Amino acid sequence: MTDISSTGRQLPDRLDNPLRSAVLSWESLLVLVAVAIFIANSFASPYFLNAWSLSDLTFNFTEKALIALAMALLIISGEIDLSVAAIISLASTLMGLALQYGADTPVLVAIGVGAGLLCGAFNGLLVTRLKLPSIVVTIGTMSLFRGISFIILGDQSFKGYPPSFAWFGQGYVFWVISFELVLFAFFAVLYWVLLHRTNFGRRVFAIGNNDVAAQFSGVRVDQIKFILFCLTGLMSGIAAVLLTARLGSTRPSIAEGWELEAITMVVLGGVSILGGAGSIIGVVLAALIMGLVTFGLGLLNVPGIVMSIFIGGLLIVVIALPILFRMWRQRA
Amino acid sequence: MKNLIKQRETWLALAILLVIVLVTLRFSRFSQPANLLTIFNDTSILMMLALGQMAVILTRSIDLSMASNLALTGMIVAMLNAAFPGVPIPLLLGLSVVIGAGLGAFNGVLVWKLNIPPIVVTLGTLTIFRGLVFVISGGAWVNAAQMSPDFIALQRGVFLGLPVLSWFAIVVAALFYVLMTRTPLGRSLYAIGVNPTASVYTGIDVGKTKFYAFVIAGAVAGLCGYLWISRYVIASTEVAGGYELTIIAACVIGGVSIAGGIGSVAGVLLGALFLGVINNALPVINISPFWQMAISGSAILLAVVLNARGEASKGRIILKKAEAA
Repeated sequence: MTDISSTGRQLPDRLDNPLRSAVLSWESLLVLVAVAIFIANSFASPYFLNAWSLSDLTFNFTEKALIALAMALLIISGEIDLSVAAIISLASTLMGLALQYGADTPVLVAIGVGAGLLCGAFNGLLVTRLKLPSIVVTIGTMSLFRGISFIILGDQSFKGYPPSFAWFGQGYVFWVISFELVLFAFFAVLYWVLLHRTNFGRRVFAIGNNDVAAQFSGVRVDQIKFILFCLTGLMSGIAAVLLTARLGSTRPSIAEGWELEAITMVVLGGVSILGGAGSIIGVVLAALIMGLVTFGLGLLNVPGIVMSIFIGGLLIVVIALPILFRMWRQRA
Repeated sequence: MKNLIKQRETWLALAILLVIVLVTLRFSRFSQPANLLTIFNDTSILMMLALGQMAVILTRSIDLSMASNLALTGMIVAMLNAAFPGVPIPLLLGLSVVIGAGLGAFNGVLVWKLNIPPIVVTLGTLTIFRGLVFVISGGAWVNAAQMSPDFIALQRGVFLGLPVLSWFAIVVAALFYVLMTRTPLGRSLYAIGVNPTASVYTGIDVGKTKFYAFVIAGAVAGLCGYLWISRYVIASTEVAGGYELTIIAACVIGGVSIAGGIGSVAGVLLGALFLGVINNALPVINISPFWQMAISGSAILLAVVLNARGEASKGRIILKKAEAA
């Protein structure tokens, strides 16, 4: 086996001794980072270790993390979607528009989620039917979707969502456990099962490693990629419902820059940006880390823009460290 | 293949002409030379940035950090100018290129030495550079009153009937034309994009060449940092926010393949001009500027569909040649 790995493609790490690879895995590194940041936070601010503080913390990442779950599958399959934040904007605008015509909560939710799904399907069709590179397609639809929001709204905003709708973004299921957190936990488990315990998930990995080989092995590559784009759109629609409900208003610039944060979560979670490798547990941990970092720094009154330095630095350092470590070990 | 690329550029030029003609029907003064020169001048910065981006995209990489680099370099230069008005402007200009190139080199080293995918590296530096603008400025603005008159005046000067800013774009475009068509580095950039493995066997250092591409893109972004700040006479954290995607859009519309190896200086210039003409035309024909984003989005999608056709037919031609041989 070592002969093969030295001459051809590197074999995946999981063929190592299982115990050793579990200790040295990306996920355990992320757990360490998360625990370290958690401890640092509790020392840095007296307001951190408090049930309600910790509950507020979860609002920092749940909406983005919902998108990151689906984005992880998409990136594992070798595609990417940069239009997710624009989908939120369009879905939110359409909900606001429906509100003006007197739609009530169930209709609003259906419109938000449905709009997300349709946008995702549009991306999926362009990528799979016309064989276009997803990065360019979604840069285009990113401008298109948000552009439609700007056409509808201009510099105005939609307000006045009903209280029953606001519950989706502000409500608590039990004590400090918010609806958003419960929903995220539900989807995290769902996506974990989908990616790691079903044929569908196995095919997603196969496509990401070698889509031509997958095609010849009988995997319907285009169909699966189309479904993944639909799922990413759907999750963006759900995130749009939650975010709109939490903010209580819609502007065309809503969720600006979220596509990069969602992708950062996915990559930080150990998903290979080149496709073919990654895990849902890693993505969930990365979402938690990003929530911890931004919330902890927020408690210390660090401005959001400075936090973004930490997030960007974290992304590069966490990716670079194992590479440097490997280079150092090879040299030694 | 050369003919095909030419065809696409002709097609793009015709599309630009069509927009100009259509707008002129509604508003006759639109196509007057003075206005067209204004559009060219307005688009100068985008043209330069898109050329820098092309060098990177050709190597199958992408630089998402160009707009943040621009904002950071612009802020540094503006603060230097505000603090030391005596520093000669050409020195600041040179400094902006050096700082930009340095930031680009940071991206390049991570891609070259650590082999981190460019999209990850520049996603990180996009936020880091932007955050650093806030850190060094403390969130404050540098406005017109704090800048020295020379700092603002340089690019507004007129030389041979054209604003100096336009000359910057023309000179940079000429340099890129020479780089891409007449130098080993330019050829390497294309070679890596077409076939990285074959490039290695022909003796091209793929990593190093990518590094140079990022340095070039960074240097252009730095130069544009100074030009942007002195043009809009305000340096703030939000300068050119989200502009990285407009730059990529100009490249894609100009026929640069995101898969690497395909693209031309003329195409990129036309791609940027197309966006510039659209942006200038909308207010003239009384379409709300809020339409701008959706229209450029549609233009990108249309361009990428057409690009894909062009690349597909290129493949067939190669096969035909192989059969004939």
